[in-house]
Amino acid sequence: MKPITIFKSLAFATLICTILSCKKNNNNEFTGLGKVNLEFDNMVGNQELELNTGAYINANGDDFKITTFKYRICNLTFNKADGSKTLIPESYLLIDAADEKTTLQTISDVPAGDYVSMDFVIGVDSLRNFAGAQTGALDPAKGMYWSWNTGYIFVMLEGTSSKSTAMDNMLMFHVGGAKAPDNTIRKVTLPFPTGGLRVRSNAKPEIHLYVDAGCLFKGNTNINFATLSGFMGGPNAVTVANNYAMGMFSVTHIHN
Amino acid sequence: MVGIGCKKNNVEMPQTPITFAAPSNFPAPVYQFTDNTVSQAGFDLGHRLFYENALSIDNSTNCGSCHQQFAAFANLDHKVSHGVNNCFGTRNAPPLFNLVWQPNFMWDGGVHHIELSALNALVNPCEMANTLDNIVKTLSNKPPYPQLFKNAFGSTEINSQRLFKALTQFTGMMVSANSTYDKYIRKEKGGEFTSDELAGYALFKQKCNTCHSEPLFTNNSFTSNGLDINPKDAGREIITLAMADFGTFRVPTLRNIAVTSPYMHNGRFGTLDNVLKHYNSGVKNHNNLDAKLKQNGVLGIPLSATEQQQIISFLKTLTDNEFIHDPKFAELPQL
Repeated sequence: MKPITIFKSLAFATLICTILSCKKNNNNEFTGLGKVNLEFDNMVGNQELELNTGAYINANGDDFKITTFKYRICNLTFNKADGSKTLIPESYLLIDAADEKTTLQTISDVPAGDYVSMDFVIGVDSLRNFAGAQTGALDPAKGMYWSWNTGYIFVMLEGTSSKSTAMDNMLMFHVGGAKAPDNTIRKVTLPFPTGGLRVRSNAKPEIHLYVDAGCLFKGNTNINFATLSGFMGGPNAVTVANNYAMGMFSVTHIHN
Repeated sequence: MVGIGCKKNNVEMPQTPITFAAPSNFPAPVYQFTDNTVSQAGFDLGHRLFYENALSIDNSTNCGSCHQQFAAFANLDHKVSHGVNNCFGTRNAPPLFNLVWQPNFMWDGGVHHIELSALNALVNPCEMANTLDNIVKTLSNKPPYPQLFKNAFGSTEINSQRLFKALTQFTGMMVSANSTYDKYIRKEKGGEFTSDELAGYALFKQKCNTCHSEPLFTNNSFTSNGLDINPKDAGREIITLAMADFGTFRVPTLRNIAVTSPYMHNGRFGTLDNVLKHYNSGVKNHNNLDAKLKQNGVLGIPLSATEQQQIISFLKTLTDNEFIHDPKFAELPQL
């Protein structure tokens, strides 16, 4: 960028700031775009999630194992201390505990700056859920999609529990649905630890997210596998979505 | 690129560019081809894909197998669809036309976008039993598809989005609006009604038009017409989980109805005579029976034998022979 352009932008920014009287923006002198890594550490409580082999107990005291754990998040937004928000366009992610490539995701083109928290939607926003044929993480070829009742599956947890009365003691929780009364779209805000997230054009900070699969079954309503061993959307999916919105995701630490 | 001599590439250049146009007696369509502008190459690709057996898992079945042009893209003589491995589905294959005016799809309305309406048939184990991954892989290795996708979308990449968009360019262009009825309404040549047809139309407007509303001949609602006291198929309830929707189904269009037998979501009736008899005397008092079919304590729609025949005469004016013989949509041989 030519010095004269910088000068012009600064002058313009100063003018805007004066009008909006947002004095503090002076410290926000970082320019350009940076990358941010998101690492998803899949857990059950404080145990690491191990598909097929890990043995867990839910909040109701029921034993269970997990064979599949996948989830979608979208509309990533990074927030600054001054309340300004930066939405990352086309940020639709699909994380599959069985596929390591998906548990580390890189977000590009994040404006350089210091951020104190992030928001995202667990699931797929209503607009895109009801749009036409999609590609990328939203390609129905990637699964997590209902063809007979069009829409994305937002969170999928399958496994077994000795308490389940379903065939082969199965657990099959498919959370989704973007229409009232069974809308399961949930938005969460995750505060960053002290120090925040420092995005720079020449660095690639990494956010470690702790994703607690056990949170599907506790929070608002503890799930008893003897009475609820699965569903595909519907009112029970709302119960589980209300549970996981309360704490499935948290940021444990950030490598700036 | 100019002057590199690409003249010969297009042997059959169309006379006029292909575009979508709503008939003058129709409302604005629901689907406006946003982000999917129709092109000749896209339409041709969709046409080719619609009749492509390689979309099915065992290379035996294509969209046209259950959606036959002579039956206005319904499935003549099949109560329910007949998929790979001699598997029979549970519902009657609906006709395909005027789809861009449809707010949702399937007998239960579970699919809410035309671009995704083909997905069920592609992956249902009782229909084409394939996977999107496998279809993409098969087409990517099957010339001339990479070239056809390039012609339509600018590069040889094949993915499910392009597959669906191309199919939609074909199926979305299937507009049926040249029946005798349409010509009557638009006061065009060929739009003359006989006295029976006129009488049938008058009766239709009194007794059928609330649900089968003109000009699309459906109000797009879900309701029960009292086929059974205890429906075996939960219908719309499968989608909404609301008991008020149990045993209800989409009100189908009546356009081209004379060529799309059998009728109802399960192909219950083979003839229009039997359909009219049902409305006159066969309606069962199911919990969710449409209120319009039990007015003043009377089940169904009382119609004399003459009135039934007059309504059928009118329904036959809804057949669009130009559409069901239009070479644009004709079956293509396998490549």
